Amino acid sequence: MTFLIIIAVIAIVAIIWISVYNGLVKSRMHTKESWSQIDVQLKRRNDLIPNLVNTVKGYADFEKSTLQAVTDARTKVNNAQGPADTMVASDQLSGALTHLFAVAEAYPELKASNNFTKLQEELTNTENKIAYSRQLFNTTTASYNAKLQTFPSNVIAGIHHFEPSEFIAVPETEKEVPTVKF
Amino acid sequence: MLYEQIQSNKRRTVFLLIGFLALVGIVGAAVGYLLLKSLVTGIIGALLVGVIYAVIMISNATDVVMAMNHGTEVTSADQAPELWHTVEDMAMVAQVPMPRVFIIEDESPNAFATGNNPKNAAVAATTGLIALMNRNELEGVIGHEISHVRNYDIRISTIALALTAAISFLINLGSNWWLFGSGSRDRDNRDSGGGGQLLVFILSLVVMIFAPLVAAVIQMAISRNREYLADAGSVALTRNPQELIAALRKLNSAPPMSHVDESSAALYISDPLKKKARLFDTHPPIEERIARLEKM
Repeated sequence: MTFLIIIAVIAIVAIIWISVYNGLVKSRMHTKESWSQIDVQLKRRNDLIPNLVNTVKGYADFEKSTLQAVTDARTKVNNAQGPADTMVASDQLSGALTHLFAVAEAYPELKASNNFTKLQEELTNTENKIAYSRQLFNTTTASYNAKLQTFPSNVIAGIHHFEPSEFIAVPETEKEVPTVKF
Repeated sequence: MLYEQIQSNKRRTVFLLIGFLALVGIVGAAVGYLLLKSLVTGIIGALLVGVIYAVIMISNATDVVMAMNHGTEVTSADQAPELWHTVEDMAMVAQVPMPRVFIIEDESPNAFATGNNPKNAAVAATTGLIALMNRNELEGVIGHEISHVRNYDIRISTIALALTAAISFLINLGSNWWLFGSGSRDRDNRDSGGGGQLLVFILSLVVMIFAPLVAAVIQMAISRNREYLADAGSVALTRNPQELIAALRKLNSAPPMSHVDESSAALYISDPLKKKARLFDTHPPIEERIARLEKM
């Protein structure tokens, strides 16, 4: 009888252990998935930028410095290592692009170009997706990190060496309207 | 709070179903009595019609509701980039699968969501909404609809819609008979007669007159509070109450939709009929919704 009880207790503990462990793995996977969502959008934006630069270049008097800033920021995103650095670079690129589109307001022919409006929609879409996938990343990270700190999952996480995931800081300047000088 | 909202929606769906089935049964009894002089046949027949109607409707909810509202499906981002991308964004943050996207040709701005669960959901927007709203305002409106999807509001409202439609079908059946089939009624009355019969007869008429009102009250009860919650849900997704407020103001000052299916009116973000101060209003006043958003 005692033997059966011991077996039963072991079985129950094993089941709890397995389900908590699987929950942690799933949670960690969610954070990785949401990071790769950001990554996909960053790559997409970097692919779109050469097209944009070429389209805008055609308009002879377009500010060279604005274009240069976009190209430089793009290179920085390409070379950045790790989520935190990448996002800092990405925010610079977002700023440069916002500036470019603000400047473009002064070029009616450019704005009338089909190619340009299409690129603008594509880039606005990617910018939005980056912002929203970042929000999602922080949500999934928060719920994963909460599991690492609460009982009983913290015990199991400790034994199996689950590392906490890092948040991405939301830039202070994100909602600010950039000042445009002509 | 969100989890509680989903649980309470699932619970209320069950109460709603029971309430509506009772109403279908009562209407069936009334119609059955008027048509066939049999309460039992009426109840069984009505439940059969109501259940079959509701099951067909719920399993094909998206297509049926979209057809009723003249929605055309958009299948790629190229057809309506702004709308498509906004729905994609909102679905992503809300962590629900990408719903199907529909466009309704109508100058009045409006939108709704439908479907029997988040996996089979659809979002519809009018051409007026896309034309009138800027991108952030559009995000606010679509965020509201995606909140309805995530909260399982779409299931409860679709079931309510199906059962209301079944009830009006039965009532039409009964009242048509009442108008065009009075000859047989006279003969039957002479055959049977009796005070008890007259009482049931009057009760049947009363039921047929009041059932649509009861259905309206049930619909009202389920939809008003959820609008506030979906507004709050939208703000949780976009983190931007000001844009939703701006969007609601635009919706409020818009003209009514030109051809709207009245039974679907409760699904829309803002009342498409623009009726002033209705007793059985399915939508809370927009001013009140804005006031609540301003407090956030």
